[in-house]
Amino acid sequence: MHSQDTHLRIELRTSPHLKQPLTVEQIMRNVVYALLPVCAWSVYAFGFSALLLILVTTSAALLTEHLTCRLSGRPSTVGNWSVTITGMLLALTLPPGFPLWMGAVAAFVGVALGKSLFGGLGHNVMNPALVGRAFVQAAFPVAITTWTPVFAPGRFLETIPTTLTAPFMEPPAVAAWSAAHALDGFTGATPLALQKFQHIGSDGLGLLLGATAGSAGETSALIILLCGLYLAARRMMDWRIPLGVLAGAVLTSLPFWLLDPAIYPSPLFMLLSGGLMLGAVFMASDMVASPVTPLGVWLYGLFIGAIAIVIRLFAALPEGVMYAILLGNAVSPLIASVTQPRVYGARSKKEVRG
Amino acid sequence: MDLLSLFRRNTFEHGVHPEDHKDLTNRLPIRRLAFAPQLLLPLSQHRGAPSRALVAPGQEVVRGEPIAQAQGFVSVPLHAPATGVIKAIELIHTAEGPKTEAILLDVYQGASQEVLYQAPRDPFALSPEEIVQAVQDTGLVGQGGAAFPSHVKLKAPQGRHLDTLVVNGCECEPYLTCDHRVMLEQTPDLLLGIRVALRALGLERAMIAVEDNKLDALEAVRRLLPTDGSITAHALETKYPQGAEKMVIEALLGRQVPSGGLPADVGVAMFNVGTLTQIGALLPRSQGLIERVVTVSGLGVQRPGNYRVPVGTPLRFLLQQVGAKAQANEVILGGPMMGMAVASLDVPVTKAMSGVVVLESDHADLAPRKVQPCIRCARCVEACPMHLNPSTLGLLANKRQYALMAERYNLMDCFECGCCSYVCPSNIPLVQYFRIAKAVTREQQAA
Repeated sequence: MHSQDTHLRIELRTSPHLKQPLTVEQIMRNVVYALLPVCAWSVYAFGFSALLLILVTTSAALLTEHLTCRLSGRPSTVGNWSVTITGMLLALTLPPGFPLWMGAVAAFVGVALGKSLFGGLGHNVMNPALVGRAFVQAAFPVAITTWTPVFAPGRFLETIPTTLTAPFMEPPAVAAWSAAHALDGFTGATPLALQKFQHIGSDGLGLLLGATAGSAGETSALIILLCGLYLAARRMMDWRIPLGVLAGAVLTSLPFWLLDPAIYPSPLFMLLSGGLMLGAVFMASDMVASPVTPLGVWLYGLFIGAIAIVIRLFAALPEGVMYAILLGNAVSPLIASVTQPRVYGARSKKEVRG
Repeated sequence: MDLLSLFRRNTFEHGVHPEDHKDLTNRLPIRRLAFAPQLLLPLSQHRGAPSRALVAPGQEVVRGEPIAQAQGFVSVPLHAPATGVIKAIELIHTAEGPKTEAILLDVYQGASQEVLYQAPRDPFALSPEEIVQAVQDTGLVGQGGAAFPSHVKLKAPQGRHLDTLVVNGCECEPYLTCDHRVMLEQTPDLLLGIRVALRALGLERAMIAVEDNKLDALEAVRRLLPTDGSITAHALETKYPQGAEKMVIEALLGRQVPSGGLPADVGVAMFNVGTLTQIGALLPRSQGLIERVVTVSGLGVQRPGNYRVPVGTPLRFLLQQVGAKAQANEVILGGPMMGMAVASLDVPVTKAMSGVVVLESDHADLAPRKVQPCIRCARCVEACPMHLNPSTLGLLANKRQYALMAERYNLMDCFECGCCSYVCPSNIPLVQYFRIAKAVTREQQAA
């Protein structure tokens, strides 16, 4: 009676025996896809230097991850694409003419200290790209605030003078080069700095499209928004976070603007300028460093948006998105712990005692 | 009908939408399976005290004859599913793991297998107490998989006011279609069972819940509903785990069973459609539960279908009859989301077993997957029908923080539906972590 067809090779697994076919690699790979148009715009706007910067930070990030995995005796995790995102994002937050060796340092610090030291993917407390950027902001305060003009002629043929600075050397002064390459009067400042220190407004359309000075990848709010929409539509990003950040920024800047539009910039300007859009869409939404609870996600987004505006308006810095997100990351566990979801059928404390 | 119900969608919050694979069997009528040469009849196929054998080896029994009696109130008797001779009473393998005492029955292949052991009876002539007794005598247990003795739930609870009998025909597990076919083919039995249950519980309202992927079954039921409106049938959104007790109650009535409580706490008595159909079929004949409808499905079998299977049929025989393929490699009892994979085919079909799903080794869902760290994507949080936080629970489970999980994160409210593991892109076996954590917590609470 034991016929051939019931001699099965049986395997044992625990339920559920079905699995949704979506993996971490797929999610991370799609974030990389979504970053590609932002990178492409950056290269188009700032030229060869931006391309080199993206390549250097990404390779340095990958290499650091690989080496730290080796050092800690774990299998290399470069294949899951998450560190690729870190490298690309880092480049997009740096000035396009940022010396390449400093870019490599930022990537190394971001990945080694910001991620690997905590145990790698899933264990980092803060966004590694921003940890790297915060480090170089402190270490190289001049280089990280040296802005060069957008659409400089010949930008695909030559690099910005600072790009190829030899390792551990000071980058050369770039003001004369910038003045010679700018299409119109270039002041060496970003729209945010112009607004903050000289009260000079900027053209909204230019900000939306990205025709302004700024970090390599933060200038075109429109492209960043479209790429974010792609991720949100594929459910690979929590759309509530960017929306929360943007809402937080608007709600915080609106009362000041209403109070005195001559001094305080409009909420629209706040939304479109600086790194707010890039930060909101691609960095604040970093899953690992944001809360998992539905209410916590909103609070976290609003908090980042509000802090970014407070820094922009009242601190000595023109831009505050980076610190706002790092602060948001830091309070994320706290937010999560006080916003635990209401469990189905939960009883109030009184009922339990009674 | 209150105003709020106009705004309520017919479902619960969260949940997942796995591919249901029901088209393999949902159009196939119920067919009778042949008798296996030997039936394996565990004395404990139900929650509660095991039954006690009434027969001895060598004794001949007729189909339908009681062969074991209930031991106490939370226990049920066992009936001979076939005419034959008792071979032995010994320990056998079970799907759950530990060996258990069972009656081995050698079936007389030449016997007519007519159910002689029965007598006609009018169930509506019985008092509620007599109905409870009569249902216990059938040996009936929850047919949806819970295996809880049905008569216990038919006894109106002391001190709690019930207002609704909920009849669960959701069948949200992928692959399973036995409830679907039973609703279609045994509709009169189902409605009789509902009326008997209403009488036993002293209730005046019954609501039948069916997922909207079985609208033909809903139609069949609606055609036979009484005109007084006491029994109504409702389509619920097709979503896993819609058929879970708490989810059905939330979707139908907008009530939440309190944490650690029972449906009776919110005025509900709940039965699976298969259970009530058995009551409707067995009670008028004073017959015992000797067979049930089992969906045998999955790409690992050649002739998937809905089979009426004698209780005690060994899985090996069942799979021979439906033609298991050589590359079949995982055999799941129940549905694939909550069911258990068996280690041995020498285990029997029991009273509460609703399905046998056989998956092939090249099935995409069975591909080995690397477990990655949690990236806190919150997909599990969005999926959990109990609104728990599986992400944080999983991290705590990794650190063996079981007490914290239970105290602060409502671990014990997890009913292991598997949604979190299903959606996890890092392939973390969250449900398995929670099973272990719950078991440890229960042990510590008992100590």
